[in-house]
Amino acid sequence: MDNNWPLWEVFIRSKKGLSHKHVGSLHAADADMAIENARDVYTRRMEGESIWVVESKDIVASNPSQQEELYDPAKDKIYRHPTFYDIPDEIGHM
Amino acid sequence: MNKQQAIFDLALWMGDNTLILGHRLSELCGHGPILEQDIALTNIALDLVGQSRMWLSLAGEVEGKDRTEDDFAYYRGERDFTNVKLVEMPNHHWGYVIARQFIYDAHHLAILEQLVDSSDQAIADIAAKAIKEVQYHLRFSSEWMIRMGDGTAVSHEKAQTSLEDLAPYIKSLTLTDEISTFAAAEGIGFDAGRVEQEAWATMQKVLEEATLKLEPSEYYHKGGKQGLHTEHMGFILAEMQSVVRAMPGNTW
Amino acid sequence: MIEKNLNQIFQARIDSEEKIEARDWMPEKYRQTLIRQISQHAHSEVVGMLPEGNWITRAPSLRRKVALLAKVQDEAGHGLYLYSAAETLGAKRSDLIQQLLDGTAKYSSIFNYPTLSWADIGAIGWLVDGAAIMNQVMLCRTSYGPYARAMVRICKEESFHQRQGYEIMIALSKGSEEQKAMAQDALNRWWWPSLMMFGPNDAESKHTAQSMAWKIKRKTNDELRQAFVDATVPQAEYLGLTIPDADLKWNEERGHYDFGPIDWDEFWQVVKGYGQCNKERIAARRKAEEEGEWVREAALAYAEKQRIKKENQKTKVA
Repeated sequence: MDNNWPLWEVFIRSKKGLSHKHVGSLHAADADMAIENARDVYTRRMEGESIWVVESKDIVASNPSQQEELYDPAKDKIYRHPTFYDIPDEIGHM
Repeated sequence: MNKQQAIFDLALWMGDNTLILGHRLSELCGHGPILEQDIALTNIALDLVGQSRMWLSLAGEVEGKDRTEDDFAYYRGERDFTNVKLVEMPNHHWGYVIARQFIYDAHHLAILEQLVDSSDQAIADIAAKAIKEVQYHLRFSSEWMIRMGDGTAVSHEKAQTSLEDLAPYIKSLTLTDEISTFAAAEGIGFDAGRVEQEAWATMQKVLEEATLKLEPSEYYHKGGKQGLHTEHMGFILAEMQSVVRAMPGNTW
Repeated sequence: MIEKNLNQIFQARIDSEEKIEARDWMPEKYRQTLIRQISQHAHSEVVGMLPEGNWITRAPSLRRKVALLAKVQDEAGHGLYLYSAAETLGAKRSDLIQQLLDGTAKYSSIFNYPTLSWADIGAIGWLVDGAAIMNQVMLCRTSYGPYARAMVRICKEESFHQRQGYEIMIALSKGSEEQKAMAQDALNRWWWPSLMMFGPNDAESKHTAQSMAWKIKRKTNDELRQAFVDATVPQAEYLGLTIPDADLKWNEERGHYDFGPIDWDEFWQVVKGYGQCNKERIAARRKAEEEGEWVREAALAYAEKQRIKKENQKTKVA
C-alpha cells in the first residue's frame, strides 16, 4: 500500500482585503488536516488570517509552451489601459 | 489560608502541569511520524511551555520572595513539583502521546473556561490567552483520536490500549484539597466537579465518533499535587535541570 | 538538433535572469542537479534538528527552551519547504527520504558532529547557521523559481537563528570562568567544521562550474567561505574568544582575512560516513520513519473511509 499522504497546495490571505496567495505545499491525509497543517506550517509568524488548500492533482495549469499564443495577444490591446486615452491636464485625475 | 496562598497554589499547579507536559512533547521535536505533525506537536509544546512561564511568573509575584519562572523550573526538587502524574507519563508511541494529550486538553479547556472568569485578574488574563491555544490543542488531539480509533485495526488497538493505560491517571486532574476548595469558593479557582463533568462529556463525544471506549476508572492514582510522583519524574527533572544544577547561580 | 536548440533557449533565459518554473522545459541534467541539491538541502534541515534537539530538554532557562524549540521547529519547516520545492520537479518526498535512510543521498556533514555541551547550541546558531545563511542568501537568487521562493521564506525565518545562537555565546562569554571555558571549547570544536560546510576548494569541486553556468549557484565555495570568515572574526573578538587558527590574520592587500589550511582528510572521513554521529543520525531518522508508519496509514485509512461515506451519502440523495 502506498501510504503517502497526498500533496496539497496552500494559499494564504495575509490580511483582510487581499487575495489569497500561493505560499507552498504540504502533505496531509485529508482536507481538514491540510488546513491544520497549513496553519501550523505556514502561519507560525502571523502570516495569515485565512487559508485555502487544494489537492495538487486538482490544479489545472496553463501550458508554458503556449506562452506566446496565450499572453502575447494581450500586448497590443493597449486600449485596455487607461494611459491609452488622452485627457487634458486641466481635467485632473480621472 | 488566604487569597494570596490560593492564587499561588493554583498558579503553581497550572505552571507545573504545563511545564512537564510541554517538556514531554518537546522530547518529540525531530522525531515525529511526518514533518507536518512534528511541527504541529512542537507548536503545542511551545504553547504549553509559554503558558507555564506565565503561571510560574505569577506564582513568583504573589509569593513575594523574588522567585522567577526559572527558579521554580530549575531549582526545585521532585517533592516540590505539584503537577499531576498524567503529564509525566512517557512518550511510548504516537497513540499514547495523543491519548495523554486528549485527556489533558479536555480537562485543561474546562478548567480555563472557568478561570477566564476568575475573581483574580492575573489568573483571568493568563486563562484568556491560554484558552485560544488550548481550544486548538483539543481539536488537534480529538481529530487524531478519531483518526486512530476509526483508522486501521492497528491504530484502533493502540489508541484503545493507551486510553485504558491512562484511565487511572485522569481523576487526579479534578481532585480537590482544602486550598483548591477555598480557591473555588472565593471565585479564584475552578469548581472541580464541573470540570470533571464537562471534560468527560467532551471526551465521550469524541470517543464515540472514534469508536473508542473510556470509562472512569474505579481505582486511580493520587499524589501528584502533594509532590509524590511516578518513577519517571526524577529522570525528567534530572535532565531538565542538569546544566543549571551543575553550575548553579549563573545567568544563561 | 531540436534538443540543442532548446538548450540554447534555456541558457539564454538563464543568462537574462529569467526564473525557470516547474512546467518549463529544462535540460534533464538541470532537473537532476536541482533534485539532488534541493533534497540534500532538505535532508540537512531535517537531520540538523537532531544535534540541537539533543539539548531542548536541557536548555538552562525557559526562555532558552522556547527559543531553541522554535528554532528546531523552523528547521522542520525548512525541510518541508525544500522537499516541496523538490516535488515540483517530479520527485516524491517519500522516495527522497528513502534515499536519505539508505545512505544514497547526502546531507551536510556538520550534523554528524556531536553536541557535547550547552555552549554547542550557541556555537551552532552562531557559526553553523551563520555559514548556512551565506549560502542561503545566495540561493534566494537561484535560477529555479520554486527553490528561490522557498529560500526567500527560509532566509526570512533564519534571521533569528543566528542571533539566538550569538546571544547564548554572549551570555556565556560574559558569565563565569566555567561558562567562558565552555564557550571557548565549543568554538574550538565547531570552527573548522563550519569552514568545511562550504565544501571543497573551488579547484576540487566537481559540481561548481555547471551549477554556476545554470545560476543554481551564484558564488563559489571559496568566495562564500571567505565572506564567512571575514564576517565572523570580529564577532569572535567581541566575545573575547579565540578562533583556533594560528594562521588567521588580516591581509591588508587582499582586504580579507587569511586563514590556515583546512583538514580535508577529516572532511572526507565524515562525508564518507565515518563521522562521530553519522550512524546515530540516520538511525534516529529511520526510527521516526518506521514508528510513524502506522500513524500515517491510520490517517489515510480514515480519510478513505470518510470519502466513501460522503460518496454514499451523495448517491442516496441522488
